[in-house]
Amino acid sequence: MAIYTIHINEETKSVTADEATPLLWVIREQLGLMGTKYGCGIGQCGACTIHVNGIPVKSCTLPIDAVGDGQKITTIEGLSEDNSHPLQKAWITAQVPQCGYCQSGQIMQAATLLENNPTPSKSEIKQHMNGNLCRCGTYLRIIKAIEIASGKKELTTL
Amino acid sequence: MNTSRRDFIKSSAGVALVIGATGGITQLFSCQNAVTAAAQVKKIPLTAWVFLAANGAITIYNPAAEMGQGSMTALPVIFAEEMDADWNKVQVEFSPQDSENYGSPGWGNRKIQMTVGSRTVSTYYNMLRQVGAQARYVLLYSAAEHWQVPIAELTTKPSLVIHEKSGQKISYGDLVPLLKVPESIVEIPDNQLKDPADFRLIGKDIPRIDIAEKVDGSAKFAMDIQLPNTLYGMIERGRIHGAKPTLTNEMAIRALDGFVELVVLDYGIGVIANTITKAMAIKKELKITWSKEKATGFNSQAAYANYAKVAVGKGESKVVTNKGDFKKAYKKAAKTYTVDFKNDYVYHAQMEPLNGLAKVSEDGKNIEIWIGHQQSPSLQTAVSKATAIDLANIKVNLCYLGGGLGRRSMTDYLVETALLAKAVPGKPVKMMWTREDDLQYGMYRPLSLQRLQASTDAKGNLTGFAHTIIGDGDRLLASGINNDHYNIPNQLGELKIVPAGIRLKHWRGVGHGPNKFAIECMIDEIAIDQGKDPVAFRRQLMQDSPRALATLEKAATMAKWGEALPEKRAKGVAFLERSGTLSTGICEISLDETTGKIKVHHFWTANDCGVVVQPDNASAQLEGGIIMGMSSVFKEQLTIKDGQAEQSNFHDYQLLRMEDVPDSIENVFIASSEAPKGVGESGTPLVAGAVANAFAALTGKRLRHLPFTPERVLAVLNA
Repeated sequence: MAIYTIHINEETKSVTADEATPLLWVIREQLGLMGTKYGCGIGQCGACTIHVNGIPVKSCTLPIDAVGDGQKITTIEGLSEDNSHPLQKAWITAQVPQCGYCQSGQIMQAATLLENNPTPSKSEIKQHMNGNLCRCGTYLRIIKAIEIASGKKELTTL
Repeated sequence: MNTSRRDFIKSSAGVALVIGATGGITQLFSCQNAVTAAAQVKKIPLTAWVFLAANGAITIYNPAAEMGQGSMTALPVIFAEEMDADWNKVQVEFSPQDSENYGSPGWGNRKIQMTVGSRTVSTYYNMLRQVGAQARYVLLYSAAEHWQVPIAELTTKPSLVIHEKSGQKISYGDLVPLLKVPESIVEIPDNQLKDPADFRLIGKDIPRIDIAEKVDGSAKFAMDIQLPNTLYGMIERGRIHGAKPTLTNEMAIRALDGFVELVVLDYGIGVIANTITKAMAIKKELKITWSKEKATGFNSQAAYANYAKVAVGKGESKVVTNKGDFKKAYKKAAKTYTVDFKNDYVYHAQMEPLNGLAKVSEDGKNIEIWIGHQQSPSLQTAVSKATAIDLANIKVNLCYLGGGLGRRSMTDYLVETALLAKAVPGKPVKMMWTREDDLQYGMYRPLSLQRLQASTDAKGNLTGFAHTIIGDGDRLLASGINNDHYNIPNQLGELKIVPAGIRLKHWRGVGHGPNKFAIECMIDEIAIDQGKDPVAFRRQLMQDSPRALATLEKAATMAKWGEALPEKRAKGVAFLERSGTLSTGICEISLDETTGKIKVHHFWTANDCGVVVQPDNASAQLEGGIIMGMSSVFKEQLTIKDGQAEQSNFHDYQLLRMEDVPDSIENVFIASSEAPKGVGESGTPLVAGAVANAFAALTGKRLRHLPFTPERVLAVLNA
């Protein structure tokens, strides 16, 4: 067991954990940030996607030991305070979620695409999002929402 | 009508409109204050559907599970429509889990709260319109008493009662302190319910209640509920379903860091630890010997050869459907057809692995459970039976489901949660399945072999159709075997059951997936063989089923059936009935002949599902259902070797990813004033038939074994 200081959602937290503990479980069970989900534990589904220094990372396979001092972690709770991120607004407009379980991960994954490529093509969206599974099959609405957020589709109310 | 007492349950904040709905008779019960109200509620079966606050806020209680299908919005919309509530003032909460009072009447003699079979909207529609209208009646009555005017002179606008004659109006919120209860509330006759032409909520696209919290991460699934000092439970189950464990290193396990308790189950060993990672680590250290069971030695892919023998054997068969005389028609036929279809096991793969949270009181007499469940009247009885805790002392809190798909209609993980919590009274236990547990101890859609036989007369008309399903799972195999909308005079449908010992369960669309695949391919094959266009052939078969025919014509128009296609593209069609909904689907595909990969470019569906309460959401269900159908048709394959699942997680049990989505999925609903039908499962079983028929149009070859993996496609192509 070791004590780690981590910077998450603009706050500094101290946690005690085994060095191999996946960051996912620290985020959820110790810090109580429940928006980041467990889906597979092997980096295959993307339900646990967070940002580490602005890069999308699957937190279920990232040991706490790898995010020491200075690394900036963002979870869905830190993306905006009030659902005001353009992707969150677009997700609501396109009525994307069904069961909703994978959607935090989807949005976190999509956010890093728009950071680097504000107007991605459809194939760039698919390529970037391919590691995030959705069992309800909301993929077409995810694409639509990303296009809305990128200004490629009109932001119309439902 | 027996109304002994009349009033509302009042609190300082507002009024709970409490309607006892036993046997369809509505009752209101009086009380002087909240304490006596609570006592009344306990004594008499009551149903509170709505809570009206003095500030006008309206809380409507949703009796169904929310697993992504949109019940959290659709059911309150139905209630709010008839109550004439201002939707902007509506919030929604789950009702208690109490079938007797919140169950829907669509289950024969019993009222049941159960979210299965796409039946939520269809079974609650009339009931919620009625109680919504009764709520409005109480508001009207109270305003009439207050103004001393005839109730018949009153009308409503959203959350507003109006007396046009005197120009008076009062909001629902302002009526709260003035509420009076009528002598009796009778059943509101159908002709006094809203004219569907006047609906302002039903049939309009109301944004879903649950979307915002599913976009900011705050939606609570059972796995997200936190209680102080929570312990974590995991269970090691056998690789052979049902195998009984003998733990051989208990002393060593008890000495491990973080260990709290061991729980021995019939089919597994549970461990409770102080952190989740410790629970996972201890689970891995368990040394268990397992008993041999029915599935020991079973090999799924070898089963087909045996099933083919059973198909022609003299063994017992269960007749599911029998119309006319198929055998006679077959004997007299100008031409006969016999074709076999196969489908491998598929796994639910709901994104949230099974889990639950429970706390048993220090004295062991009470239990409170948080769970995502498709509900059942047997939730509490299953817990009571397993834990010996009195039914009255079991509280079940329903959370959002991270997918249900049929898997969450079982009580196994609920009972496990309760049993683990019982081992450590006073401490909450979060019980979790790993993805590997969820997959390998899953309950699959059954593998089956389907033998289809058909006969035609000299003109090429279908005279007989027989469908024999060989497999395990009984009624799980049978759904969708009927062809009520095709005019075929002689039909026979039967099951031949071969037990395999593998756990099986309803999987979105149940038997419709494999059965509609086989039926729609068979129909197509006969059409082509008779030199007829597949849509024209179906059109002829549907002459006596105008609703079905309308979906066929509409889908054909949408897909521009018969018009020229881009090179190396082809279209295929399939039709089905599921949960009362009639759907025709058409897809357009192309094929990579080197890799064997099929690409679906477009999917069109036309559907008759009666009144559509939430059109955009219904369309979303079809979109998602088609994507899930594609996933099962192209990717998903669970195989059993020596009784054990060969796959373990999403690296070897692959789901469809975004790279493989079609360019478009378009869904149209045929206008209807019929009561709503279920739409949640209609999309999924359309895919296999439409794709296989398009493949045949493209290549002249027939895909007859699900899933259509690239290897299988190449094998068919090169055969």
